[in-house]
Amino acid sequence: MTVTSADIARVFRAEHGRAVSVLIRALGDIDLAEDAVQDAFTVAVERWPRDGMPPSPAGWIITTARRRAIDRLRRESTREARQAESVALHAADPVDPADGRDEEGPVKDERLRLVFTCCHPALSREAQVALTLRLLGGLTTAEIAHAYLVPEPTMAQRIVRAKSKIRTAGIPYRVPRDEDLPARLASVLSVLYLVFTEGHTASVGDDLDRPDLAAEAIRLARQLVELMPDEPEAVGLLALMLLTQARRPARTDAVGDLVLLADQDRSLWDPTLLAEGHALVRACLRRNAPGPYQLQAAINAVHTDATDAAHTDWSQVVALYDQLLGLAPTDVVRLNRAVAVAELDGPDVALGLLDGLDLTAYAPFHVVRAELLERLGRRAESTTAWERAAQLSDNAAQARHLRARAAAADEGQQDPGRAT
Amino acid sequence: MKTYLISLFSPDGPPPAEVDLGRIMADLEVVNAEIRAAGSWVFAGGLADQASATTIRRSDNVADAVLTDGPFIEAKEHLGGLTVVRSDDYDVVLGWAERIAGATGLPVEVRPFVDQDDPGQVPTDR
Repeated sequence: MTVTSADIARVFRAEHGRAVSVLIRALGDIDLAEDAVQDAFTVAVERWPRDGMPPSPAGWIITTARRRAIDRLRRESTREARQAESVALHAADPVDPADGRDEEGPVKDERLRLVFTCCHPALSREAQVALTLRLLGGLTTAEIAHAYLVPEPTMAQRIVRAKSKIRTAGIPYRVPRDEDLPARLASVLSVLYLVFTEGHTASVGDDLDRPDLAAEAIRLARQLVELMPDEPEAVGLLALMLLTQARRPARTDAVGDLVLLADQDRSLWDPTLLAEGHALVRACLRRNAPGPYQLQAAINAVHTDATDAAHTDWSQVVALYDQLLGLAPTDVVRLNRAVAVAELDGPDVALGLLDGLDLTAYAPFHVVRAELLERLGRRAESTTAWERAAQLSDNAAQARHLRARAAAADEGQQDPGRAT
Repeated sequence: MKTYLISLFSPDGPPPAEVDLGRIMADLEVVNAEIRAAGSWVFAGGLADQASATTIRRSDNVADAVLTDGPFIEAKEHLGGLTVVRSDDYDVVLGWAERIAGATGLPVEVRPFVDQDDPGQVPTDR
């Protein structure tokens, strides 16, 4: 079987995180590890098409990278300074003699250390995202820059600064201690979710979504679940992503405009992703340790269980939102709960729930208000709300949809026959 | 082993009446005792009011240094105190900083000293 450059690129993406994390552990330096892995792939590009794909591509890359790195270190004595830093990175990872947890503990895969280093709270959220995509996801700086619509030098600078902070501040390369784990895992999960939502609805730009980031986030979430199978919130996050992703084919119409959940053609939903998402929701809820991602996934599962919007089990949705409010009492959750209440108790009740929410700069708030006002026949107010939502939306496709709704509500207003 | 500066930023003027300084000092002493027990203690102290500061500038073409009454940077918040620790565990240092912030209710900054490999700027013991 011939090995194409596309095959090698695929292996690069898939195995970059594993290879780099093992090499960081061995060499104690992120740049050195990245260079070594890059070197190994350069060798692979020469050899694999000739000799065929090795039985374990990742193992081959790691072994080759290690040899290359040692050669390089021998050649360049100026790298001694870096080796000294490598000692610092190792030292930051002490074995606790009391319980030997570091050796025996849950750490079986080096990638997990890398996840927590990339998402360390001492790094800015932007830096966490960039490092995660680069080191774990194997994306190039150019690809990340493109996905986030920033110039490549800007992204390169961001990554250099983040790596420099890891080195200078001594951000440890390890899985956090048990007492820190919940907070640190939450940081990892929100980085992955941020990548996903950025891919799902590009916050700036013309395309409604840039598929790469959502797919990358799912891939990374799968890795995390594989590494931490006992963390129900990690499973919940993956389920939430899958259930959201499954609906993607129905989210835009033929001209690229947004289609709301209630109006979506449900036959376009991806049944494989839905089935997997539903199975994961059931599996994690059985653990009875609900968290915000699991509950959001469960809400999505209820939505995607129904054959159409009218058949949705709205009381179940409201109950899940009540539970979510207990864990995350935010106005955004209250807003989403109000949407479900509208279906259960009517738009007038739901509209009352919007009073006092501090979300006037949040486009979805005005979308919900506009919908409810429209259903109550208050079309003038509805038009204003649609327009406000359109003004607040940075996404061209979304804004187009919202302006169309504003125009429709306005027309309805001039036609008393259509008022309800 | 790295050396870190944990600095504390205080607003100008005397502390508000509701601030229980005795309580804050006692809470800080608990953190200090823990830093000592971990073998990480280097130094800690609070600074006097910034009105007591003197800024010194020296230039080559003037014989005497120019002294100015007051701090180098006039700001609403200023360096109020500092703790220097030595540790090989950044997360532990961040944990101490978090507790200092909790005890004082003030923002705290953690910053590493230049590394041991950089000659000339390494913090020295004595």
